[in-house]
Amino acid sequence: MHINKASAVVKKKSFLSALLILILSILSLFVLKDIALALILLFVAVALIAVNFLIISRRLFDVLGTRFMLIVVLFVLALFFLLIIVLLNGSGILLEHQSIGDLLFSSAWKPFSNHFGLFAVIIDTLIVTAISMVIAVPISLLTAVYITEYAPTRLRNMIRPFIDVLAGVPSVVFGLCALLVFIPVVRDYIAPFFGVVTSSGFCLFTASLILSIMVFPIIISLCVESFSSIPLALKEASLSVGATKWETVKKVIFRASGPGVLSAIFLGFGRAFGETIAVSMVIGNQELIPRTLFGSGQTLASLIANNYTEVASIPLLASALIFVALILFVVVLIFNICGFLVLRRASKRWKY
Amino acid sequence: MSKSAIQIETRGLNVSFHNSPVLKDINIEIPAKQLTAIIGPSGCGKTTLLKSFNRLLEIQEDVKISGEIIVDGKDIMTSGLNVPDIRKKMGLISQKPYPLPMSIFENVAYGLRIHHGKNPKKVEEGVHHCLQEVGLWNEVKDRLHDPASRLSVGQQQRLCLARAIAVKPEVILCDEPTSALDPIAAQQIERLLLKLKKDFTVILVTHTLRQAKRVADYVIFLYFGMVVEHGLADQVFNDPKSPEMKAYLSGEIS
Amino acid sequence: MLASLAIVIGSLILIVSVIVLNGASSLSLEMLTQTSEGSFYLGSGGGFLNAIVGSLLLALPATAFAFIISVCIAMYLQKEFIPSRFSSFIRICLDIMWGIPSIVYGVFALTIMIALGLHGGSVLFGIFALTLLEIPIITRSVDESIKVVPHGLKESAYSLGSTRFETSLHVVRRQAMPGIVAGILLGFGRGIGDAASILLTVGDSNYFPTSVLDQTAALPTIILNLAGMPEKTVQNKAYAVAFVLLLIVLSISILTRYFTKKSSKYIIK
Ligand SMILES: Nc1ncnc2c1ncn2[C@@H]1O[C@H](COP(=O)(O)OP(=O)(O)OP(=O)(O)O)[C@@H](O)[C@H]1O
Ligand SMILES: [Mg+2]
Repeated sequence: MHINKASAVVKKKSFLSALLILILSILSLFVLKDIALALILLFVAVALIAVNFLIISRRLFDVLGTRFMLIVVLFVLALFFLLIIVLLNGSGILLEHQSIGDLLFSSAWKPFSNHFGLFAVIIDTLIVTAISMVIAVPISLLTAVYITEYAPTRLRNMIRPFIDVLAGVPSVVFGLCALLVFIPVVRDYIAPFFGVVTSSGFCLFTASLILSIMVFPIIISLCVESFSSIPLALKEASLSVGATKWETVKKVIFRASGPGVLSAIFLGFGRAFGETIAVSMVIGNQELIPRTLFGSGQTLASLIANNYTEVASIPLLASALIFVALILFVVVLIFNICGFLVLRRASKRWKY
Repeated sequence: MSKSAIQIETRGLNVSFHNSPVLKDINIEIPAKQLTAIIGPSGCGKTTLLKSFNRLLEIQEDVKISGEIIVDGKDIMTSGLNVPDIRKKMGLISQKPYPLPMSIFENVAYGLRIHHGKNPKKVEEGVHHCLQEVGLWNEVKDRLHDPASRLSVGQQQRLCLARAIAVKPEVILCDEPTSALDPIAAQQIERLLLKLKKDFTVILVTHTLRQAKRVADYVIFLYFGMVVEHGLADQVFNDPKSPEMKAYLSGEIS
Repeated sequence: MLASLAIVIGSLILIVSVIVLNGASSLSLEMLTQTSEGSFYLGSGGGFLNAIVGSLLLALPATAFAFIISVCIAMYLQKEFIPSRFSSFIRICLDIMWGIPSIVYGVFALTIMIALGLHGGSVLFGIFALTLLEIPIITRSVDESIKVVPHGLKESAYSLGSTRFETSLHVVRRQAMPGIVAGILLGFGRGIGDAASILLTVGDSNYFPTSVLDQTAALPTIILNLAGMPEKTVQNKAYAVAFVLLLIVLSISILTRYFTKKSSKYIIK
């Protein structure tokens, strides 16, 4: 129990020194007439007392800390709901001018005559996202299976960090590469191969291509994670009843990690759907539905990036862009809710 | 029993997890400055009983606790009490040692600092004293600032003991402290506990009957969440009253 | 399967090597040490030091804010603080925030900026958009690592008589350190490379910003601007900038590996 007494002594000492500094501070104010020094000393004294008080009252510290965390949580939730309100409110202005049906189902995007039709852009977005997923999902899944099941350990240890690093490469960098490499390739080889000779290269297909490359790392690293969390015993059981490796992959691995794969695909989809910069660099930026995949188009996200500069001069345009942002938000929301429900149902059914 | 003071007394203690009762109507008295052993078959609620003494159960979800637990004449279940102060009085040594994610020195210093001031000299003295007390000082004095996770499991368990006595508790709760250890390390811990009962009330949950016979002054036998028999060690071991206790002693249930 | 692996690895190597080869050849020391001159986008001289500084001035404060906020949220999601109904609600909100395209945060910040009567762009709202972008990223990483803190470890901390706040601050924080470090660096990497969220809010400038309401250049936005220019020489500058950005992002990845390893020294398994 002597330690208890000792700490009391320590507290008393620092309390006394705080008092001393306080007196010094008053002295310096009235004798030296130095306000700055007095303030500094006062601050030190108050800090000492405050620290002491906090040490004495750990309970207070706990309460204050917990309150602070709660406030931060509420603050972020408030921001989140503010985001929703701002989006709804901002779109409201446009909806007074134009019906929602007209907005979604007319193709004419004419900001200068205050008419905003998003149909073409929505269709383009769907096409680009769908094609990019069609390219990315099978390739990523196979790669992930290869990495977890077939690759020798050394190769695996080399590939995984590489893919993680690439998940962090900024999208503008991908866009820049696409500009230099993919545009000419699509223009000179791929489009003519499909019989389109007039393509500029700035087209839906190029956008899908670059998007699929961008989502490779996301889908692969998530799938690898969920594949490698399958218990070894499960695989061995399958192999030991005479299944081939590929059958095991199909029957055991895809089934057991179904929810994980699904959520990886969802996340990849979300990334492709909302990607702005890389797409806006290569898609050609025309608000219309091209006749072939090799014509220019526009996605919802790239529409915002290409039109925001005019916001100051066309009042309704701001509202239109907010409406587009709202669509992006709602789609993400729906996807999250679907993902959540599917995962919950799936993880019940898929339990192994 | 009448000679020594009572450290902990429970009255009608009930605990349930997710609405299934785990402890049912526990009424016991634990003498101060003695070694009390809690024995019983696996899953009968020994750990739960131990953790209810320092209100550790309530950091889990969906736990219902009712009844009174009286420590030093005061019911610790009263709402509005400062729970950390209650826990400070009861050091807990768990089944698997969990050193804090810090250096060996900091592990012991942590409790000293939060309860007994931060004076570096006093802290250093305190750490030295506690490590010496558990016989760890000579083994670790050259690597006090190494991560505690690098110690062997037996050393980790003794570090946990040092860490617990550093906060100066009144009671030391031990939950099968030797179950993860080899016989030699287990013996070390056992001897330590016997030494510590001079200054602390020691409550030991144990699975091995022989250990209980070796060290216990007082015994509580739990069976499916109920106290079937409790009393002085001699009496319980040599002259068991209940059929369950007899069966347990003869090794029929374990 | 090997073919798909080859496609993935090949395309990713292609991207990196294109940037590295083109960027390294068009990068010069003066680009890194000078600010932009008059008509940088039309081929005049000067460098992009102002954009490097601008990017750091956006991403560093944003990461700092997001870090404080995220650690608080992730700590508060522990079951000692709130019942799991609330924590799973907050987690769902954060998941949604994680999935929101960064351009939406840009629109959000821009709308608030216009509502406050500011035009043209400012560092402050760039930081705001980036903070929002980084919060769910850092929180997720910290939350994941807090979730796996062993229950027994927390119990030992509590049975020493620590308060909830002390347990979080001293014990859980240390045990979750690798996740915290990884989260910060992940957030920073994402923040410094993201163009969409700041495109709408920071504007452009040839100088260092002197107040939080100034416009500023940033690496990702000037890449976008440069790449849109018709002349080849100007476009080449975009590769130089992209090369610098890529170097920053790659070194962050390496730092992450190094620091997570270092910070897991004291971890209890
Ligand atoms: N967190 C929990 N949630 C739900 N049930 C629990 C929890 N902890 C313990 N139980 C249940 O309470 C009962 C008693 O558990 P307890 O850990 O107290 O047993 P024990 O006597 O310590 O067993 P052992 O000797 O194996 O350590 C068990 O049936 C267990 O399943
Ligand atoms: Mg137990």
